[in-house]
Amino acid sequence: MQPAFSVIFLTVLIGAGQGLFLALFACELGGFGARPDERMLLAQGGAIAVVFNALGLLASFFHLGRPERAWRAAAMWRTSWLSREVIALPLFMASCAAWSAAHALQLPGTRLLGLFGVLVCAALFLCTAMIYASLKFLQEWASPLTLVNFVLMGCASGTTLAALFASVAAVQWVPTLAWAALLLTLAALAARAASLIRNARLKPRSTLQSAIGIRQPVIRQRSQGFMGSSYNTREFFHGKSAQALRSIKWVFLVAGFVVPAALLTSAEPTPALLLLTALIQLAGLVAERWFFFAQANHPQNLYYQAVS
Amino acid sequence: MTQLALVIDLNVCVGCHACVTSCKQWNTSGSAGPLTDDNPYGSDPSGSFFNRVQTFEVGEYPNTQTVHFPKSCLHCEDPPCVPVCPTGASYKRKEDGIVLVDYDKCIGCKYCSWACPYGAREIDESRQVMTKCTLCVDRITDTTLPASERKPACVMACPTNARLFGDIHDPQSEVSEAIRERGGYELMPEWGTRPANHYLPRRQAD
Repeated sequence: MQPAFSVIFLTVLIGAGQGLFLALFACELGGFGARPDERMLLAQGGAIAVVFNALGLLASFFHLGRPERAWRAAAMWRTSWLSREVIALPLFMASCAAWSAAHALQLPGTRLLGLFGVLVCAALFLCTAMIYASLKFLQEWASPLTLVNFVLMGCASGTTLAALFASVAAVQWVPTLAWAALLLTLAALAARAASLIRNARLKPRSTLQSAIGIRQPVIRQRSQGFMGSSYNTREFFHGKSAQALRSIKWVFLVAGFVVPAALLTSAEPTPALLLLTALIQLAGLVAERWFFFAQANHPQNLYYQAVS
Repeated sequence: MTQLALVIDLNVCVGCHACVTSCKQWNTSGSAGPLTDDNPYGSDPSGSFFNRVQTFEVGEYPNTQTVHFPKSCLHCEDPPCVPVCPTGASYKRKEDGIVLVDYDKCIGCKYCSWACPYGAREIDESRQVMTKCTLCVDRITDTTLPASERKPACVMACPTNARLFGDIHDPQSEVSEAIRERGGYELMPEWGTRPANHYLPRRQAD
């Protein structure tokens, strides 16, 4: 597929925002937030998570040809994972904002609100991943690993952000959060490696033979029917060489996982170091998501193998 | 229940592209808006087409055959492009099984085109909505036309009668008979989309 940066930023940013909220709520369950000043910090962290999701939502509008009609996209939630995501994302932002506001106003019931936020957060991860995993003939995406990867990468980057936030606001939580971020980053690396191995072994179910229905071992396309470009030749192929694709794979493995993991093992995680870690990891995950789209091989490409 | 469809005879298609140009002509002049081109006279012309004719060489030289292969929306009976649409703009008509896009509801998210294994949908770059073959719904339902002309433009244009049009759910129809008696088949049956359009294979010459 041709990767769209609008969707890349949408999925990376909301994943990080979701992970940040989950990390903050885990801190609350772990005993943080007993004092009023600690509650203000949770409120601020929650607000940052909302901002990440809002930026992702903003990016998603750039994917639409008719953004002014975006409100219509909530209509078909019975059948469309995309429609479900369109509902789940604002709902998650609202529940995250409600949790933050309850902390800011020193109101009770934040654990209940947070628990609701966790449920909506899980639903949002499911919707986002299923948009891709439900397209069965995009075999690179049609796997439970897509969901596992979206969850783990979101949690890893969000927990790194939480460690960064703690390093400037609540230093006593930095070691715990940095450890959690390290473990999540390593788990995300393992799951992503598993999907890379799976995808390398995939055998395309569609062939030129099934695409045109002719059972002959040797078929060559002589003309795709036009000599210019078309939507079919632009939208479904990344247009880069296999070499470039391999390079980007190593870039995202190193920047998204290996370097952040190494930095998170540092004995003294200062704010500057954690800021560097978060930035490198987010950049690496942008590269990862680019690769995720580029690697998916759409069967329609079988019909566009030769201009003339 | 009616399921309108095309049955395309690869045995007689000569690859003249008359169906491509007549489709473009009819659908760029229709009530649903133009079928636009970008940079049509420039070095990289591009544009929306609902129908294309492709050419394949089958077999090893010197035992090769040239197969011309017209390709348009197959109006699947279980269309994967319809349930994924977040707005309901993409729909399948109950009365005749035609898969259509409501251009007033489409938000141009392109998800339906990702969900079509055949690459049958193209975004209209100037209107930013998804477009596709309508089976000339505005022609075939137009009662002001003589009954013999209530057929898709591509079918009317084909000089070799390689394109048949009718109801594949009616066992007595010309298309059902052609599928039954001449080995009509579906494209990419592995995905269970049950395309309504069928193709008739090449036949051995005596």
